[in-house]
Amino acid sequence: MSDPRPAPLLTLRGIGKSFLGVRVLDGVDLDVAPGEVHAVVGENGAGKSTLMKIVSGGYAPDGGTVELAGEPRVFRGPRDAQRAGIGIIHQEFNLLPGRTVAENVYLGHEPVRRGFVDRREMLDRTARLLASIGETALPADARVGRLGVAQQQVVEIAKALALDARLLIMDEPTAALADHEVELLYGLVRRLQERGIGLLYVSHRLTEVFDLSSRITVLKDGRRVTTVDTATTTADELVRHMVGRELSSYYPERAAPEDLGPVRLTVRDAGNRKLRDVDLQLRAGEVLGIGGLQGSGRSALARALFGVSPFTTGDVTLDGRPVRLRSPRTAMRAGIAYVTEDRKGEGIVPRQSVLDNALLASRAVFAARSGRAARTVRVRELLAAVEVRGAGDDQEIRFLSGGNQQKVVLARWLALNPRILLFDEPTRGIDVGAKSAIHDLVRRLARDGAAVLMISSDLPELLGMSDRIVVMRDGRIAGELPASASEEDVVALAVGTVREAAA
Amino acid sequence: MSALSLLPARRPVPGVFVALTLTLVIGWLVVLVDGGQLFNQSTTVSLLHVAAGLGLVAVGQTLVILGGSLDLSVAYVISLSTLVAAETMNGSDGALMPAIGLALAVSAAVGLLNGLLVTKFRVNAFIATLGVGLLLKGYLDSGYDGPAGTTSPTLVQTLGYQRIGPVPLSFLLLVAVTGAAWFALSRTRFGHHLVAVGGDPEVARLSGVRNDRVLVTAHVLCSLCAGLAGIYLASRLGSGAPRVGTEGLYDLESIAAVVIGGTALAGGRGGVIGTVGGVLLLASIDAIFNQLEVDAFFKQVIRGVIIIAAVAVYARRAMRKAA
Repeated sequence: MSDPRPAPLLTLRGIGKSFLGVRVLDGVDLDVAPGEVHAVVGENGAGKSTLMKIVSGGYAPDGGTVELAGEPRVFRGPRDAQRAGIGIIHQEFNLLPGRTVAENVYLGHEPVRRGFVDRREMLDRTARLLASIGETALPADARVGRLGVAQQQVVEIAKALALDARLLIMDEPTAALADHEVELLYGLVRRLQERGIGLLYVSHRLTEVFDLSSRITVLKDGRRVTTVDTATTTADELVRHMVGRELSSYYPERAAPEDLGPVRLTVRDAGNRKLRDVDLQLRAGEVLGIGGLQGSGRSALARALFGVSPFTTGDVTLDGRPVRLRSPRTAMRAGIAYVTEDRKGEGIVPRQSVLDNALLASRAVFAARSGRAARTVRVRELLAAVEVRGAGDDQEIRFLSGGNQQKVVLARWLALNPRILLFDEPTRGIDVGAKSAIHDLVRRLARDGAAVLMISSDLPELLGMSDRIVVMRDGRIAGELPASASEEDVVALAVGTVREAAA
Repeated sequence: MSALSLLPARRPVPGVFVALTLTLVIGWLVVLVDGGQLFNQSTTVSLLHVAAGLGLVAVGQTLVILGGSLDLSVAYVISLSTLVAAETMNGSDGALMPAIGLALAVSAAVGLLNGLLVTKFRVNAFIATLGVGLLLKGYLDSGYDGPAGTTSPTLVQTLGYQRIGPVPLSFLLLVAVTGAAWFALSRTRFGHHLVAVGGDPEVARLSGVRNDRVLVTAHVLCSLCAGLAGIYLASRLGSGAPRVGTEGLYDLESIAAVVIGGTALAGGRGGVIGTVGGVLLLASIDAIFNQLEVDAFFKQVIRGVIIIAAVAVYARRAMRKAA
């Protein structure tokens, strides 16, 4: 290239990375100039996080080189990268809430005088550092746990700068911020630019990307699709680069209009800490797909409906009767089942048997003694019906494959004869064969009269399975799409290139 | 973001000192009604003696708990230290310093073992230190039937019984050790790193802290404190005592004092000043009940209630802060 940009701070050439034989990154090139904001966009799973981890020393690449100011570097760990001047601001902050701002900023390299930590010096330096990025209102001796999220982010940035970072990676920096805090971050980013710091800015939100960056690199399925100058591109063009793959897999037939039963669940004006103004109807016999980015409120919606973190405002009616879903127990008794996103953490009890796992919900909800034997028989039948493959019902569930574990979880809920099923990423981390078995099961349940709500980040799955799609953004419903929608439609709603009114 | 939350972090007086004051006032009144006097010379002196012994152990325990670890072997280290000290002194003043040095060295070695087990071998601290404790117990039980060795007379006269007014020398030793620990926590890198490791090991590691080294150091310091407590007990008893640590319940009582003093059992939050408050509170309750000649079992019940109440209060506070 022969443009007038200064020599790049960071140059990535042909970066590749595989995990267990799966190619996650393939030949990715990218460079960042001093004082430049270079945005990296892509769908969930496009390889953004892996790329950032390689730059910040978290992973070693299988191929390609990382050059810093023209010199090839190999980082053996995050500390290596830090010393080389690369700071990363994660979505979850790496801060100690019980310690002060200064103690956090200088953790690991506290200034010492005659062998003792020089607190005054530490506070002064922190204050100067904060002032240099325009944050004079933040006291260096404030306890981090008492700060707001935006201010904690400032502390993270100061911590990176205290190590003389020349390149900062920001991974979804606005994900945790409220609207008015985003403005503050914009100002901060610009001041960092003025100091000549290069920024790699990873974000789902195209508005931010257009507001801040000078160039944008689009990743898809581990490859770099293109790098464009922000000034010469449009949001629609970006979205087209981000998606666009062939629909190859097979999905079961959708519900015909006559299959749809009465309205099972109505949510009106509901909200809680993470959700606002949710209006939703779910009919018997249908599969309602919920799209949106991570953190857009999809899981929060399922968790609210299942009473994990209940709605604090609004009304929910179930089969025409108002209900209050205060806890998972009340939700279960109302006939709602929830297959969680985090199967390992919330779905299974790894060291218990398949049978115990499948009986978990029925045991919890029904009186201890009544019909125990009958229940066990029924659950064994269900396990056979969902075709769990393994050594037997008495095996510990952790030895099963992800797909089979998921089937056990499903059997657990089916034992309660639920009328409403909430699926959160039902096929994440599951092999192809088991995936289509689960798709068939979900559709069969709907056909038998259950109302299904299915959250999925897998766009082909979302489009292939749903009778209707609701897309969420920032804790609200951004819009509704028919089954015939395209991937572009979903992404456009999810990242906010379309105004809600137009949707 | 309210203005209030921007106030600099104050170092609040741990609630334990409020509880301590209340206990002393109420205790004084109750003892008065009963026809006694809580703060006469002999009760005050014995209260401070009790506090000195437990305090030395508890300050060490605070360090490991702050770092997210725990030490259940302290009671056995205390017993071992009394024996090593008393047997080496063998009743003469000549071997005073070597004996103290040897007792501390043996204690430090136990701490090093604890620390290595917890860090390098990744054994859960509860199990590792319990195991090391049982190992020491085996040695003590097989080697000793009763008291052994004789403490040097000088040590008995100084550390054991000398006092300035009502304040025993041993209590001043506790004050000095506490001061040193406080200073280490707030003014040394080791202290800052220890609190960070206890608060979030991953954050500490990513900030360049050598977690293992910090935790091993904390374990060594904890055992040294226990060893010091052992030397003090030897000076009180005049000999080595193979079961003094366990009979005094120094393991559980030290942990209780740390928790009552406001240090989070999970680590990362708290300090030694609160621990000393916890120690004084436990010692005061002892003193009051001794004055009232309350049944020993009932005394245990009250202690149990206080420990549970303290933890419940701290948990509630933590919840309110999080909200």
